Amino acid sequence: MNVVGLFFYLFSAICVASAFMVIASRNPVHSVLFLILAFFNAAGLFMLMGAEFLALILIVVYVGAVAVLFLFVVMMLDVDFAELRQGVLQYLPIGGVIGIVLLVELVLVLGGLSITPEGADLVVQPIPDMAETSNIQAIGDLLYTKYVFFFQMAGLILLVAMIGAIVLTLSHRSDVKRQNTATQIGRDPATAVTLHDVKPGEGI
Amino acid sequence: MEPGTITFNLAVAIPELMLAVGAMVLLMIGAFTGEKSARSMHVIAVALIAAAAAVLVYTAPEGVVFSDAFVSDRFARLMKLLVLGGSTFAIAMSYGFARHASYGRFEYPILVVLATLGMMVMISADDLIALYLGLEMQALALYVAAAINRDSLRASEAGLKYFVLGALSSGMLLYGMSLIYGFTGHTNFAGIAEAMAAERQLGEIFGIVFMLAGIAFKVSAAPFHMWTPDVYEGAPTPVTAFFAAAPKVAAMAMMIRVTYGAFEHAAADWQQIIAFLAIASMLLGAFAAIGQTNIKRLMAYSSIGHMGFALVGLAAGTQTGVSGVIIYLIIYLIMTLGTFACILAMRREDGLVEDISELSGLSRTHPMMALMLTALMFSLAGIPPLAGFWAKYFVFLAAVQAELYVLAVIGVLASVVGAFYYLRIVKIMWFDEPESGFVPMASELRLVLGVSGVFTIFYVVVAGPVSSIATGAARTFF
Repeated sequence: MNVVGLFFYLFSAICVASAFMVIASRNPVHSVLFLILAFFNAAGLFMLMGAEFLALILIVVYVGAVAVLFLFVVMMLDVDFAELRQGVLQYLPIGGVIGIVLLVELVLVLGGLSITPEGADLVVQPIPDMAETSNIQAIGDLLYTKYVFFFQMAGLILLVAMIGAIVLTLSHRSDVKRQNTATQIGRDPATAVTLHDVKPGEGI
Repeated sequence: MEPGTITFNLAVAIPELMLAVGAMVLLMIGAFTGEKSARSMHVIAVALIAAAAAVLVYTAPEGVVFSDAFVSDRFARLMKLLVLGGSTFAIAMSYGFARHASYGRFEYPILVVLATLGMMVMISADDLIALYLGLEMQALALYVAAAINRDSLRASEAGLKYFVLGALSSGMLLYGMSLIYGFTGHTNFAGIAEAMAAERQLGEIFGIVFMLAGIAFKVSAAPFHMWTPDVYEGAPTPVTAFFAAAPKVAAMAMMIRVTYGAFEHAAADWQQIIAFLAIASMLLGAFAAIGQTNIKRLMAYSSIGHMGFALVGLAAGTQTGVSGVIIYLIIYLIMTLGTFACILAMRREDGLVEDISELSGLSRTHPMMALMLTALMFSLAGIPPLAGFWAKYFVFLAAVQAELYVLAVIGVLASVVGAFYYLRIVKIMWFDEPESGFVPMASELRLVLGVSGVFTIFYVVVAGPVSSIATGAARTFF
């Protein structure tokens, strides 16, 4: 077994194990931390395939932003997870039966899947060759030309999400004190400082 | 062409570009003028969508752009026109609520415009990725619209329920797409159809099942209908009026393109799924609506039933079937908008009322409204010679021609059962003791109700042109 194969099995094993721990661990904070571990190993798998840009984006975006946000949300929300799990035993039989039926069906389907010998020839080769160009340029060349429609649509979807977040959460309350920078900057010593003649032992 | 450049004929997608750019301009105007611009935003949004519709009809050419991901053909143009019409009237009907209700916010028309854009992409999608992006854009805007009255517990619940179940359905759709892509090697509909032509593997059929289940959520076909009554009831009524009309048409158009475009060679496989969805929806729509007292919940079950009837035409798998579905969608859209114009007019001094019993004696307090609503109810029930009868006639005709006799018989029986609750509303309006009248109907509601009522009553006059347009659009797939 060569080194690449060794790392592949190392990353995938940790990835699957930590993904399982995400749903199995009792403490939600631990779940998020396991999720981060899973992201790191997935990034490692990307790296093995030579997709270094995707690997680093996965770490920067998912670990750096999304998972940290999850962590904040989980820590801030006062959710009693033990209470949430109370119904589990009650629904376990029916849920378990449905789950097993689905699993058997999927195994039957995907178990019959075989890779055709000529499959290797069907793999699309990037143009230009990856040896000549960098990962980022190869993605950019496709994303801004052939897939520009999808790219712009994705941008619009993010705009909708942003509008939605603002519509549903932003509220202008009138009963709170706000900072007024204009008045703050407009103050001068004449209006800001007053001199009091304080007599000893009396105070203001 | 040097490497890295690619040219598209953007003229094909001009209506979509207009909506996208227009929505952003509206957003800028709204952000700088604040909440007081809510009413003028409604007007500008209606003008924007109407302009997009005019461009769609008169100048936008047909064609395929964006690397075969976006197709504009006769079917797409007709469906887009319906969606644009539905959105225009939905925004117009919410105009009166923009000022005095707590959900009169300038973002609402913008969200409707963006949802409309998503629907147009869904209708034009000729690629799995485009389909998903359009669907998700439409759905996200709708989730927010459902919860736009955030001070109301029921509206927030409706938005959350819609979001959770919508996310679940998107997951199923995506899983189906991944199976289809994995087994056929294509995301483009033409490529998928070609790969499926020879022989179909089990995995492809699984993909079809998952994809159709995901889409059935969006058209609210039983057994994937659970969200519909709660969302219809919880969302503010102008928003419900929008939900009931355009998104249903878009999702159904997408279903037609997926089944007849991508899965055209797997017709034998998806026909049974669609037939099951149709039977379940028709029966559920007929029986579950009987006990409802809230008119919005009633309309939710009614829409489930109507989607079942439309699916009968789809299950037929013939050109007559597709043109039947198209006629059904045209008539359903117009009837629904008219009915919701009436529901929005059910307003007393202290706000909207939603109980069916509030309509009692409407014939004496508001004779014209009662007459129009009666025509719409008879039409929804499918009584000749009103529009709703012809809608059902064409889908059942297609089913009989395709020798799906069981489906047609169950459909007719469900239609008879369903007639009960429509007729009950008519009985309440004409034979019960009147309650105090509603506040006078706003002029935009009168307009929508008038157009819808006249279309419904005098459908036979325009039946010929409508049928020929629908046949022309259906020919796209054959």
